[in-house]
Parts: sequence; C-alpha cells; structure tokens
Amino acid sequence: MTHFEQEIAALKEMLLTMASKAETAVNKAIKALVDRNDDLALAVKEEDNALDTLEIEVDESAIALLSKAPLASDLRLITVAMRISHDLERVGDEATTIARRSLELGQEPQLKPYIDIPRMAKMALEMLSDALEAFVHRNPEKARAVIPRDKEVDALNKQLHRELSSYMIEKPTTITRCLNLMVISKSLERIADHATNVAEEVVYLYEAKDIRHTGKGKES
Amino acid sequence: MAEIILQKLSVTPPTAGETKSAAGPLIEVDNLSLFYGPTKALKSINLQIGERVVTALIGPSGCGKSTLLRCFNRMNDLIDGVRIEGATRIGGHDIYSSQVDVIELRKRVGMVFQKSNPFPKSIYDNIAYGLRLHGVKAKSDVDAIVERSLRSAALWDEVKDRLRESALGLSGGQQQRLCIARAIAIKPEIILMDEPASALDPIATAKIEDLILELKKDFTIVIVTHNMQQAARISDFTAFFYLGELIEFDSTRKVFTNPAKKQTEDYVTGRFG
Repeated sequence: MTHFEQEIAALKEMLLTMASKAETAVNKAIKALVDRNDDLALAVKEEDNALDTLEIEVDESAIALLSKAPLASDLRLITVAMRISHDLERVGDEATTIARRSLELGQEPQLKPYIDIPRMAKMALEMLSDALEAFVHRNPEKARAVIPRDKEVDALNKQLHRELSSYMIEKPTTITRCLNLMVISKSLERIADHATNVAEEVVYLYEAKDIRHTGKGKES
Repeated sequence: MAEIILQKLSVTPPTAGETKSAAGPLIEVDNLSLFYGPTKALKSINLQIGERVVTALIGPSGCGKSTLLRCFNRMNDLIDGVRIEGATRIGGHDIYSSQVDVIELRKRVGMVFQKSNPFPKSIYDNIAYGLRLHGVKAKSDVDAIVERSLRSAALWDEVKDRLRESALGLSGGQQQRLCIARAIAIKPEIILMDEPASALDPIATAKIEDLILELKKDFTIVIVTHNMQQAARISDFTAFFYLGELIEFDSTRKVFTNPAKKQTEDYVTGRFG
C-alpha cells in the first residue's frame, strides 16, 4: 500500500468508526425510550461529542488529502467522505433529540405501548448499515436498493402522526406526550433520509453518477 | 557487520535515541545571503530544518530555491564568482568554516538531480564505485550494501537479475531510483533532491514520492520541486521563496490549506503574477 492509500484507508476507517458510534447512539436512545431508562438517555447525550469530534477530524484529513490533488475515484471518495461524515453526525444529533424527548416522556406515564417507533428505528438503522456496507464492499447495487426503502419509513412516520393526532383530539392531556413522540418519529424519519443520502453518495462514489434529486432509484 | 562498514566509511551511525533527543534542528541557515557576482540571489535567509523530515523548497524559477539547496553541500563552490554571507550549520557545525573537508561534507549530504545521471557502468558498479572510493573493499560488504541500497530505493526486485547490465538500459524512473540508491549507499545524513521527478511520468513519479516517504524514516530530505501537489503529498514542511527571499516557512498542511501570506497562496494556487 502506498502512503496515499494508507491515508485514504485511514479516512475510511474514521467513517466506519463514526457509523458504528451513530448506530449505537440511535439504538441506545430507542432503548432508553422503550425501557424508560433516564441514565441511558443521558449517556446518549454525552456521547454525541465523540461524533462531533470525528466529523471535524474527517473534514481535516479530507482537506489535507485534497491538497495532494487526488484524481478520479480518490477525489470522489474524499468529497463523499466529507458528506457521509456530515450525515452520520446528523444521525448522532437525531439520537440526541430522541434521548432528550425520552427524558421528557419519562416524566409522565407511558401513553401507549411503543410498536411503530422501534420498528421505524430498526428500518432506518438497517438502511444506514446497508448503505455503509455498500460503501465498504464497493457495492453500488446494494446502495441503490436502500433508496426506495425511505418511502416505507416515511409512510410509518405519517401513520404515526395521524394516530397521535387522534389521541390529542380525544384527550388534550396527552398533547405533551404526543408532541414528544411526534418529534421522535420525525427524527427516525430523518435518520432514514440520512441513510438515503449515504446510499446516493455511495452510488456516486462507485459509478460516478449523481442520482440525487433525480427521482432515480426512488421507485421500488 | 553494519558497524564495520560504517567504520570504514567513517560515518557515525545515527543511533536512534541520541539523534532524536538532540532535538535541535539538523540544518540551520542563519542570515544567509548569496551573490552571483553583483547579483544577490539569496537575501538574508533564516531557516531551520529538523531531522528525518521532508522539507520542500518551492517558488517560481529564479527564486533561489535550488541555490539554497546547493548551499547545503557547498555545490555552489564550483561556480565562479559566488560569494556567501551568513552561516549554514549542519549538526551545529558551520559547513563553510575553513576546517571543513568538502568531500566529507558531500558524503554526509548526498544529492539527487533533476536528470538522472547514472555512470555508464553496470547497475552494480554504479553503487559499488562510490563505496570502493570510500574504502569498502571486501566483496561481501560491497554486495551487502548494494543489495540494501537497492532495496531501500525500491529497485531491488526490478534489477536483481541484471545487476551486471548497463545502468543506461534502465527506464528513466529506474535510473532515478538507482541514483537515489547510489546516494544512500554511503549512508548520508541528508539527501538533497533537485526536482527528482520532474522528468518522469506519473507512475514513476508516484514511486519516487513513495520512496521519499520511506526514506525519511532514516534520512533528512530537502527537496526542490515545481509540482505543488508533490510538495503537498510528500513534505512535512514547505518553504516558499520569491526573488531570493524566504516568504513563508511552515508545516506543509498550513502552507497548502491556510498560508499566512497572500503571495504564498497565489503561488500555490497558480494565480501568481
């Protein structure tokens, strides 16, 4: 491996570390919500710093690598790495939001059993891990397959919103809890959006085709 | 055996702890000015170069970077009408002092040029020649150093089966790596490189660049290059010269991503003039 390849490998390694931290954060936040575990929720908030730091580190080494005038796939990898790290950092932020809302929800009795939220979380995280696996294994097809799944998460989010609206209409005392759950649902929907972004970036990386905002890949 | 060879070469082996802990810079340029006749080519340069790092000297043609490079092994002595003011110290010793043996200095400070210049001899002899000149006579010692040098220059695998063939039959990139092997065979402390890859294609250039990054584990390297990205890829520190003045000297990352002087930025981004 040349020195440049080693630096590129180190950059990829940093992204994978970020991905694993982001995934853990979301899992913990959802577990904190379901188990009504405040300590866990607080831990998620604290651990978010690590992701922020990594995002900065990825950017710094990407800038340094860009100054070395990489071309072709290396150039795409570096720019894509900056975008993926931004998406992963945002996933971490969403985990923090979920944790914060879980803490608020912990102040009141549980509104209803949580079925759809853990399901959404599972779907969004699977999208994210598939997109990252496509990144690691140079598999743009796998990345493309992630994109249409965003619609399923969107649909669940909408369904949940309708359900929570009906709760609020029937019983205004549930409004605070419903709003918190809506925010959590929206956060999960956003995580799926970030996973979609990562998938689109992986397609760009390996096929040099920009499929963002084209509608391509969205149809299932 | 290595010690014996080094004794014969009368070169002190760089013992890891000792040299690193010395901490001070290996090369110190103190208020150095150089005149070619009436022309002042270097204007009061102050620069300190640490050990086992790659330092790139960049700047437009005629800015004095090669002149400065040639000060480090007194190659400018060979040019008529050159006058030098100020001091250049290597390892704390003024290399322009009258006690300095220039031959000995050039053994400590090797040089690789823009155009590869192998001797019209066999690949083996290109390296062995200098060794014999420096008193390494035993064939087994010479063999060992030839192999080690070629390995260090990432050339061994390509030439091991044709060591007795003429060096002139090698490709340009291979010839340049042979010149690097020849330079490192006598274990210099410092290797000066004057645009070592400017005549090579991107693949040969990449090999030389990677080689430089390997060599810095054992040697201090000062390189003149016109290729900005090459400087960014291989050097730890970059010095930017313009019209004989040192405009900026800092870590390469700083110089290429956030230079302090606008002149530097204009030059590295190609907007000069």
